[in-house]
Amino acid sequence: MAHKLKLHCDNVSKTFIQKGNQEVPVIRDVTLDVYENEFLVILGPGQCGKSTLLKIFAGLETPDTGYVTLDGQPIVGPGPDRGIVFQGYMLFAWKTVRDNVELGLKLRNIPKSERRDIGQHYIDMVGLTGFENHYPHQLSGGMKQRVGIARAYANSPNIMLLDEPFGQLDAQTRMFMQKETARIWEQERRTVIFVTNNIDEALYLGDRIILMEGKLPGTIKTSYDIDLPRPREHTNIDLLKLRATITDNTELVL
Amino acid sequence: MAYKEVTVKQPLLLTVLPYVSIAAFFIVWEFAVSSGVIPNELLASPSQVVSTFIDKLSNPNPDGAVMATHAWTSVQEAFIGYLLALLVGIPLGLAMGWFNVVEGLFRPIFELIRPIPPIAWIPLTVFWFGIGLAGKVFIIWIAGIVPCVINAYVGVRMTNPTLIQMARTYGANDWQIFTQLCIPSSLPMVFGALQLALAYCWTNLVAAELLAADSGLGFLITMGGRLGRPDIIVLGMICVGISGAIIGFIIDRVEKKLLAGIRR
Repeated sequence: MAHKLKLHCDNVSKTFIQKGNQEVPVIRDVTLDVYENEFLVILGPGQCGKSTLLKIFAGLETPDTGYVTLDGQPIVGPGPDRGIVFQGYMLFAWKTVRDNVELGLKLRNIPKSERRDIGQHYIDMVGLTGFENHYPHQLSGGMKQRVGIARAYANSPNIMLLDEPFGQLDAQTRMFMQKETARIWEQERRTVIFVTNNIDEALYLGDRIILMEGKLPGTIKTSYDIDLPRPREHTNIDLLKLRATITDNTELVL
Repeated sequence: MAYKEVTVKQPLLLTVLPYVSIAAFFIVWEFAVSSGVIPNELLASPSQVVSTFIDKLSNPNPDGAVMATHAWTSVQEAFIGYLLALLVGIPLGLAMGWFNVVEGLFRPIFELIRPIPPIAWIPLTVFWFGIGLAGKVFIIWIAGIVPCVINAYVGVRMTNPTLIQMARTYGANDWQIFTQLCIPSSLPMVFGALQLALAYCWTNLVAAELLAADSGLGFLITMGGRLGRPDIIVLGMICVGISGAIIGFIIDRVEKKLLAGIRR
């Protein structure tokens, strides 16, 4: 696959200072290439630095060593070219679905009528038509995260960064949201980096899975290409074989 | 999503109990005074207070003003002081919460002034403002500004840090984050301040009216003391209590209306 390089992460390391003076190495020497329109999943158990890595891509953390580029430009801070979907939804409780989705557009002073059109398009895309004037507390968890996804898409980012977006959902809703994510991705191709600790989610969604070590500091253990047709079935035999391979590999670590 | 509306029945006892409690309180009080268990020079009975109240509606004696004048004076003083406290205190608190420079400038001074009870300002107030309206308003302002600053400050400080990060990734600058995120999310705390500040203002009213005055509910209480008239003292106290409760109730309703969309 001779795809165009989208995001390049070069030898990135990060250490946090904890309780004032304890050094906690979180990420060590992570080098990673993400290609255009690729659905990349970063898979790892809790506390393996994967969210920190995503935060570095988002520009919310700066690496101690190494650098990250997006379309050849170094990432120096947060910006609207990267659309981020947070685990805890992070919606404005005092704004309606529509106003939440239009947040980024409004911050960039897009005229109201244009904002409406773009906002409505993505509200429809995530299946929230009819809920435009609802407030977040009136929505279920899955619907809240749909708002989060629509909000990220509406800002027309270059790349989508999803940080365990379905971590707070129940298993049923989670599976359904995975299906929806795949559908949306097919509909509006974007480069996606999707962080999760759920192996089935990773297999269902990813073009490629980056498996991280199960301990700090986080390093990339290995990567798997998933060359299976979509829409996928969780019970597909090739998928299950790959699942077994990854699980074996993970257990060696634990 | 409309749900069927049903009336939820509360046990009769629970509905009646508050009224019973109030009625019992007044009956015991009335009986204690009229039977002489508590001498009439020490406490007036409820019936005496009511008749004094009716008398004071039209009779300016012995303290120099009718009820309406007392009430109006107090409400005026309290509200001017209260509004000024809100106008200065809330913006100051919000700014202290977000801008480190503002916090650095005002926090130490504020922390020094905060523990001083408003009454302690009375002598200086007389020097500065004389004994007119301005002095009383100043005392009430001092009382009201403290909860305004603290609540607004804490409200901004409690803004979810991940929400702030989220806003940054959507390209919001510091000012946009402050006005569009921190201020709305601090509103529940700020509304709490409206209640608290009013309570502080209203309770310091009596103290403010210890300054020479010729009308006001606090003045009425003081005069009742000087004249040895427990019925006037109790009347003043009850008026301060009831009007404070009414104002608090109104603010509570307004708050619930305005916050309907914010509370989860």
